[in-house]
Amino acid sequence: MHASIILLLPFFSALLILLGHRQLKGASVLISLGSSIISFIACLFFLAADDDNRLLLPFIEVGTFNAGIDALIDKQSRGMMFIVSFVGMLVHIFSLGYMKDDEAKPRFFGSLSLFMFSMTGIVLAGNLFMMFIFWELVGLSSYLLIGHWYQKASAAEACKKAFLTNRIGDFGFMIGILLLFGANGGNVNLIDLETAFTSGPLRPDAPGYSAGFTTAAALCIFLGAVGKSAQFPLHVWLPDAMEGPTPVSALIHAATMVAAGVYMLVRVSFLVTASPLAAEIIAGIGCGTALLAALMATQQNDIKRVLAYSTLSQLGYMVMAVGAVAMAAQHGHQGAHAADPGHPAMFHLYTHAFFKAMLFLGSGAVIYACHHEQDIWKMGGLRKHMPVTFWTFAIGTAALMGVPFLSGFWSKEAVLGAAYDSGCKVLFLAGAATAALTAFYMTRLLIVAFFGKPRTDSAHHATEAPMVMILPLAILSIFSVLSGYDVLAAPLQAMKPPHVEGHQTVLFASLAALILGAGAAIYLYRGKDKDPISIKLFANKFYFDEIYTVIVRVCQDGLAWIVTALERVFVDGIVARLPAAIIARLGAATRMLQGGHLQGYTFLLGGGVIAVVYLVVFVLPRLGH
Amino acid sequence: MSVLEIIIALPLLAALAVWLGAPARAASLGATFVNLALVLYASVQYAAKPAGLAFTNARVVLENPAISFAVGADGVSLTLALLTSLVMLAAVWQIEDRPNIFYISSLLIGGGAMGAFLTTDVFFIYAFHELALIPTFLMIALHGRADAAQRKAVAWKATIYLGAGSLVLLAGLAWVVLEFSGGSKLTFDLEALRNQAQLTPLPVAKQAQIFFVLLLGFGTLVSLFPFHSWAAPAYATAPTPVAMLHSGVLKKFGLYGLIRIALPLLPQGAQVEWVQNALLLMLLGNILVMGLVTIHANRLDDTLANSSVMHMGYIFLGLAAGTEIALKGAVLLMFAHGVSIALLFGLCGRMRNQLGTLEYNKLGGLATHAPAFTVLFAFGAFASIGLPGLANFAGEVMVFAGSFTEFKAGELSNLHWTVILALWGVVMSAVYMLRAYRNIFHGSANTGLFMTDPVFSQRLPFILLAATLLVTGCCPWLLLNLMKSAL
Repeated sequence: MHASIILLLPFFSALLILLGHRQLKGASVLISLGSSIISFIACLFFLAADDDNRLLLPFIEVGTFNAGIDALIDKQSRGMMFIVSFVGMLVHIFSLGYMKDDEAKPRFFGSLSLFMFSMTGIVLAGNLFMMFIFWELVGLSSYLLIGHWYQKASAAEACKKAFLTNRIGDFGFMIGILLLFGANGGNVNLIDLETAFTSGPLRPDAPGYSAGFTTAAALCIFLGAVGKSAQFPLHVWLPDAMEGPTPVSALIHAATMVAAGVYMLVRVSFLVTASPLAAEIIAGIGCGTALLAALMATQQNDIKRVLAYSTLSQLGYMVMAVGAVAMAAQHGHQGAHAADPGHPAMFHLYTHAFFKAMLFLGSGAVIYACHHEQDIWKMGGLRKHMPVTFWTFAIGTAALMGVPFLSGFWSKEAVLGAAYDSGCKVLFLAGAATAALTAFYMTRLLIVAFFGKPRTDSAHHATEAPMVMILPLAILSIFSVLSGYDVLAAPLQAMKPPHVEGHQTVLFASLAALILGAGAAIYLYRGKDKDPISIKLFANKFYFDEIYTVIVRVCQDGLAWIVTALERVFVDGIVARLPAAIIARLGAATRMLQGGHLQGYTFLLGGGVIAVVYLVVFVLPRLGH
Repeated sequence: MSVLEIIIALPLLAALAVWLGAPARAASLGATFVNLALVLYASVQYAAKPAGLAFTNARVVLENPAISFAVGADGVSLTLALLTSLVMLAAVWQIEDRPNIFYISSLLIGGGAMGAFLTTDVFFIYAFHELALIPTFLMIALHGRADAAQRKAVAWKATIYLGAGSLVLLAGLAWVVLEFSGGSKLTFDLEALRNQAQLTPLPVAKQAQIFFVLLLGFGTLVSLFPFHSWAAPAYATAPTPVAMLHSGVLKKFGLYGLIRIALPLLPQGAQVEWVQNALLLMLLGNILVMGLVTIHANRLDDTLANSSVMHMGYIFLGLAAGTEIALKGAVLLMFAHGVSIALLFGLCGRMRNQLGTLEYNKLGGLATHAPAFTVLFAFGAFASIGLPGLANFAGEVMVFAGSFTEFKAGELSNLHWTVILALWGVVMSAVYMLRAYRNIFHGSANTGLFMTDPVFSQRLPFILLAATLLVTGCCPWLLLNLMKSAL
């Protein structure tokens, strides 16, 4: 009951706005906002819902193929549902202020509702086909919202890039689903799949078991997460997605949608655990993304881009945790499957959603106050002009860096602990290095934008944002501080992993990383008016965009050109023109046709019909006897 | 008198009436409206009936060989009749300021297609299709969107291809009739032929041969690679209603024929290894080669025409898999593709009328002044790239899943590899459609061209098609329930 309300309310909100935005005008904003508030209230009740797995709506049911819209209600979906509806509601409220003067407000709020619908679908999905359906739909809403200011060429390119990069991920995801669909007799219900992999026909000691198949299926599914959660090598779309309005970046490209990949991986963690190779690759990709993105973040000057690379890096952390937990489980460590289900990746997802959404909304407030200036070197001194924004931003920064006793500290320690338990030293060291880099670039951002003197007029005249924008910041800052403690984590079903004793190394490493990174940034950037260090490789994001552009040009457009030429020469030239040329030379009767007389066509077809009648009436009966 | 006979006759009679001087628009719209209502009525009636042919009625034309004007419908033919009546209504509706021949030809094409889908006598199935083809050629030659020499060349090329394809098809059908007539006299009655095929199936090797001949014949009509090169220029040149009706409806005839005639009569033909492999290669040609060709296109009509050829590959994939899931998916995809491509060609025609060009490097930023038009185009574009929630996705995913029902962990057959490559085609579709969308609607035009939204009454035919995509996409079970166990 609650599940269908939460799912369908935003759908009807989006449909209503699509159909009647001209008539509704301002009311469409209220419809979208109202639906998000009601969804949030329903989610509060939903937190107390019983575990369940049942059909909400029929979709396709033919033979063994049964892809319904069903809801899998358990701790993971209840907790995620809260995050989505809570951050979603705050972003709706924030947008009232941020998008106040936008002409296309109805379109913006309609797309937000569409997003809430799609994201809810992913969270509730009880089978992989349903997951895929909503997976693509969040891609659509992301496309619409990144391209909100489609007149700008950069926004138009960015939304296309986001959708296409995700499509590559979805290509793998669909193959993975089909492999599982075929191997498990047409059943891709998540609970049934888990049974099949742990005690059913796909378990390791079953007859006909194929390790290659398990690894292939796990990696194909993982490719879907690589696209959606912007992991290397498909990470290139996320920074460009910052072309969208900032509230969208907070909700979709930081807190919820990009985390869907991690959510899905935890959902299929039985599959990752079943394949040691896949677990290692997943942990490696996550770890690599975390480190690379953190390096790129150190040299960005656009406030939203710094946060975007930070999101990439944190998503890498979560993905690494998924792989690391599976590796640890293969070695016999019980962590993920203890009596109280907890998972470091989901825990970090949960704390990250609050402080990263707050950082993005904070950056939105800054951009709004500085008249759409995004370059941090053109800001400065905002601490005095925007005290509330500053303090909330500082809390978010501290939480992200993992300052002790804030939410990020607990979850980061859990992730590093998982990396430590995986038995792979490289993972742990790279994770710690990433933590140091995170402290470095976030401190740099804070110092350059908020401290020192205003470096431009727009920074000088900045004033605090209006109430509708500050209120969400304040609420989120409370969560950024407290969400790591059981007082919030328990009722919000945060999948906090049980505390492991004896992780002194982890604790020491994360504190050392924090002090090292933050200290270096303070030393380097205090009182500076321009960047004292310049590393081209990092600033240019390791030239991934340039390399991919060449690959697309050569492999796709070049191939398209060659194939088109071949198709014209061979298929059109030999299959079509040659017979036509021969017929054309055959005589006077056809010359008439080629001359273009209309009778020609009618004659040919009329002749054809006469031939058919003749054949049917006179020739066939004789052949038959 | 069966309701199906009225459904077939109505557009043809309306065409006659317009020719004789009846008010063209009123007569055409009235007839197509009533037709849609009748098809809906028949579908609702059929949903309550047991599976199998319904609304049957036969009028004997010839005793020996036995030919009768026999009508009858099951879920598959009703799905296609629904498609025909929807697209015909939209195609007729969107005609503005054109000579009567536009109405007449649209009604003839629609009526011919209706006849081909709703009759159960092989002779009439074939004849109705030919009837629908004639106005298609004439309209391309007379009113095509190019100079006289070029449009005649295009019409001529399509005539040769489809004429040759029809001849091969005729040979195949004749073979089928000879093999399965049984008894003393030849029969063209599909039910009788089916019964005979069940009683005394042919040897598998022979099934494969006949199936292959039929595949080539029907396949040419559906632009199966490498017999496709008539299609793209024909659609790009054809007048808007003709492009909508042929690509949306009439082209599905070849696929319908394979499902209705070839598969039931020659159940093992498609699964014989050499036929299967040949079919898989050809459909990969459709998907991969035509996908790349479409990426290379730089005009909207070119993109749409080539994409329509490409997407036939997915329907053939459903036929190649041959399972119940895949076949129902293929029929669903035929419906979905028909609606989406008709929507896109209809909008494309309006753009050409208003702007005079469809070249990407001359367009841009159209969304600003034509928001409703942009949304409608988005429905068609996203449907055709298989976005869930719009009709095509349901069909595609069923085709894919239906190909994987025979999968053993660790063993990938040719069919499975084809599915994986076909999935890459889904990525390519997104590439060309989003490029087109970005170039036309986003950004700004460097030539300053812009267009405005059509008036509301002219939006309605497109809204009808877009709503069909949405409803079928969210509730594909509506059509799947109609199909029952027809396959």
